[in-house]
Amino acid sequence: MIGFILRRVVQSFLVLMVVGLVAFAMFRFVGDPVDNMLGQERTQADIERLREQLGLDQNFVVQYWRFLSNALQGDFGISYRQGRPVAEILIERAPATLELAAVSGFLAIAMGIALGVFTAIRRNGLGASTIMAASLIGVSLPTFLIGILLIYLFSVELGWLPSFGRGETVRLGGWTTGFLTQSGLLALILPSITLGLYQMTLIMRLVRSEMMEVLRQDYIRFARARGLPDRVVNFRHALKNTLVPVITVTGLQLGSIIAFAIITETVFQWPGVGLLFINAIAFVDIPVMAAYLMLISVMFVAINLIVDLLYLAIDPRLRTQ
Amino acid sequence: MTLLSVENLGVAYPTRRGNVQAVTGANLMVEPGQIHGLVGESGAGKSTLGAAIMGLIDAPGGITDGRIHLRDQSIGGLDKAAMQALRGAKISMIFQDPLTALNPLLTVGDQIVETIRQHLDLREDEARGKAIALLDRVGIGDADERIDQYPHQFSGGMRQRVVIALALCSEPDVIIADEPTTALDVSIQAQILDLVRELAREQQVGVILITHDMGVIAEITDVVTVMYRGQVVETGPTAKVLGNPDHDYTRALISAVPPPNRKMHRFELISYGGGLPKVNIDELSGGWTAPLSDGPLIVAQSLTKLFVQKRSLIPSRRRYFTAVDDVSFDIRAGEVFGLVGESGSGKSTIARMIAALYSLDGGSVHFDGEAVDRGSSATMLNSYRRQIQMIFQDPFSSLNPRMRVDAIIAEPLRHLSDLSGDEVTRRVDALLEGVGLGSAAGRRFPHEFSGGQRQRISVARALATRPRFLICDEPTSALDVSVQAQILNILKDLQEQLNLTMLFISHDLPVVRQMCDRVGVLRNGKLVELADTETLFEAPQHAYTKELLRLMPRFRTG
Repeated sequence: MIGFILRRVVQSFLVLMVVGLVAFAMFRFVGDPVDNMLGQERTQADIERLREQLGLDQNFVVQYWRFLSNALQGDFGISYRQGRPVAEILIERAPATLELAAVSGFLAIAMGIALGVFTAIRRNGLGASTIMAASLIGVSLPTFLIGILLIYLFSVELGWLPSFGRGETVRLGGWTTGFLTQSGLLALILPSITLGLYQMTLIMRLVRSEMMEVLRQDYIRFARARGLPDRVVNFRHALKNTLVPVITVTGLQLGSIIAFAIITETVFQWPGVGLLFINAIAFVDIPVMAAYLMLISVMFVAINLIVDLLYLAIDPRLRTQ
Repeated sequence: MTLLSVENLGVAYPTRRGNVQAVTGANLMVEPGQIHGLVGESGAGKSTLGAAIMGLIDAPGGITDGRIHLRDQSIGGLDKAAMQALRGAKISMIFQDPLTALNPLLTVGDQIVETIRQHLDLREDEARGKAIALLDRVGIGDADERIDQYPHQFSGGMRQRVVIALALCSEPDVIIADEPTTALDVSIQAQILDLVRELAREQQVGVILITHDMGVIAEITDVVTVMYRGQVVETGPTAKVLGNPDHDYTRALISAVPPPNRKMHRFELISYGGGLPKVNIDELSGGWTAPLSDGPLIVAQSLTKLFVQKRSLIPSRRRYFTAVDDVSFDIRAGEVFGLVGESGSGKSTIARMIAALYSLDGGSVHFDGEAVDRGSSATMLNSYRRQIQMIFQDPFSSLNPRMRVDAIIAEPLRHLSDLSGDEVTRRVDALLEGVGLGSAAGRRFPHEFSGGQRQRISVARALATRPRFLICDEPTSALDVSVQAQILNILKDLQEQLNLTMLFISHDLPVVRQMCDRVGVLRNGKLVELADTETLFEAPQHAYTKELLRLMPRFRTG
């Protein structure tokens, strides 16, 4: 058990090293940062001075090592565009994205599982058929279109909800939250639906097909034959057996909710890291891009680690091997 | 007083092409303490009848007419809620496969306690105490420790005991046991049947035992009901029905059961309700016979196979499981050599080692004087594989469902022979005619055939390359007895007329007695006894062989 966790941690670390290499390689191969930082009226002396200051005169391995050890201490360098430490910018922006991802992830999982179970149990009912048909829309419409449609309906036509931004936020230490104000909460609704809709329909369809498979198993029939009520059979016996494959996909999807919040953040002008990344690309702000890459890979690795541990928690057969 | 009575019961499943009547006009009476056998082949409606009594017919099917009474209460037409209260409480069920009947994610105790509390008004700790007592009752040692284990920590036989404990949770009046021992080894089967008999006597529970195994029926039931295509054809005391059956179908069924106490030349096939397609050996072989040779065709020497149990980077920390341990035997040309043993004894592993599907971890295999193993040259292996072919146990999974039957049979020819396209087509047609399916069958897909027909396809595929040596790995375990008798007769005819040499693997001792010239008995990967078939059955030497023969359900005919 502990051996298993240790092994996964070591593997995760290796993954991060490789991602770090890719992130670092961007500095070397995506244009010359010195060109970007100094204006048209630079002198050769300016260039030399900056190169030395940034450590660009050192060789590749030394630079990579310095990059990694700095990154480990939370130092990702200074943004070319804003001239401020990247870590500071990220900390400022991360709460917006994390709150958005948390809300839409929660929506996707809760609604996805509930609707999936419902459509599996009432397989032939009118409600289930309607939901299944509607879910096709969620799977097939692109995110930006859903966002624009929602803005048009709820912000432009009905005027109920704000169409952009986070609303009013409250500072709690280093964290800015939109959960504590009414306008913050209202502002979360449209973006989180937009971001979570695809994941929700995916989870729902997955839960449904897994659940229907599980409901055909002998142990479900045996549970019914023992006279257990439907509620116990469906939720205690069937749902738990449905979860293992669902967790795998959900884990990966949660990672992509954070990583690909870019589109939603752009549509709603949400001041998160996704929007930051888009702007960074536009200005070839490599330190920000590299830091973003590292941040996302840390999240993916962490989520995968959690998923593996959840397997162990759910399935006793894996614990004994 | 009659405990359970079923009168004139009909069950139907509506389909797109009209109603399928699964059970028609079935009658059944069960007394307290009685074990009532329900026997028939697949599709006879015996499991459907059991499910109807439980109120567990899958939608959209349903009971169309008839009455079911439990004591004085009519239960046939009860609504869902009332039926659910009855299920488990008054009637419970034991399922066939103990590996799939328990929820793998909950401990055995969780599942028992939850069932007890559903039916009896007990507190958590009282229910737990009762659960431990139940596990103890069905013969699980250290019940107070094992109650917190998960199903995968129990062996197959122990799991079936847990399933029985679950069925007993609510002190039911009737237990419906649907093939309770089919998935178990003979030694475990005997223990489970003993337990069922004991429970019926002691607690005056009426048991309906659904099975296709005449041996089990003869061994344990008091009364037997024979079903055929949804109808009860005969019912009466077990000794009477088996000894002196009234109905033609019962007679046909009994004649197809391999007798354990003597060797027959061929099974007497009594055709009932459908003709038997004849096998035409000449057509099948095109006049070809395997060349005769003196001496052994296969020499297996000190075969050893290890499977990795625990992986490790460091070789000394790896742990292995010895599946086959120093097994030596030879098979003479033209002989049928049997391997018997319980599950996990290494029978199939040996077959795969001889077929060069597994590498050898020790020992050697010689075919016609030449050493073969997985590492041999490709040309060598090709010519070897042309001469050996396999027939597998499960005719459902051993044929590719996406391939047409003619392509399935032609495949070995395409890869292992240099016949031209026309010749292949002609050979495939002849093979299909030969096994009695007709060449038109080639244009269809495997799912359009029954289990017995599929096994005929497997036979045609195995004979396509005109092999000298045939490996049959439990070729009839998945088939009904009447179909088993047909397939065994076909194999016997082929072997004699084409001079084929055969390795015949089975866990079914009566079948082995009918088929084999010599038999090896395997236990935990070791060959414990090797003898001529008649010697082995009449005068077994090893204690394990004696034990196996003693436990074999006896069903004597004639």
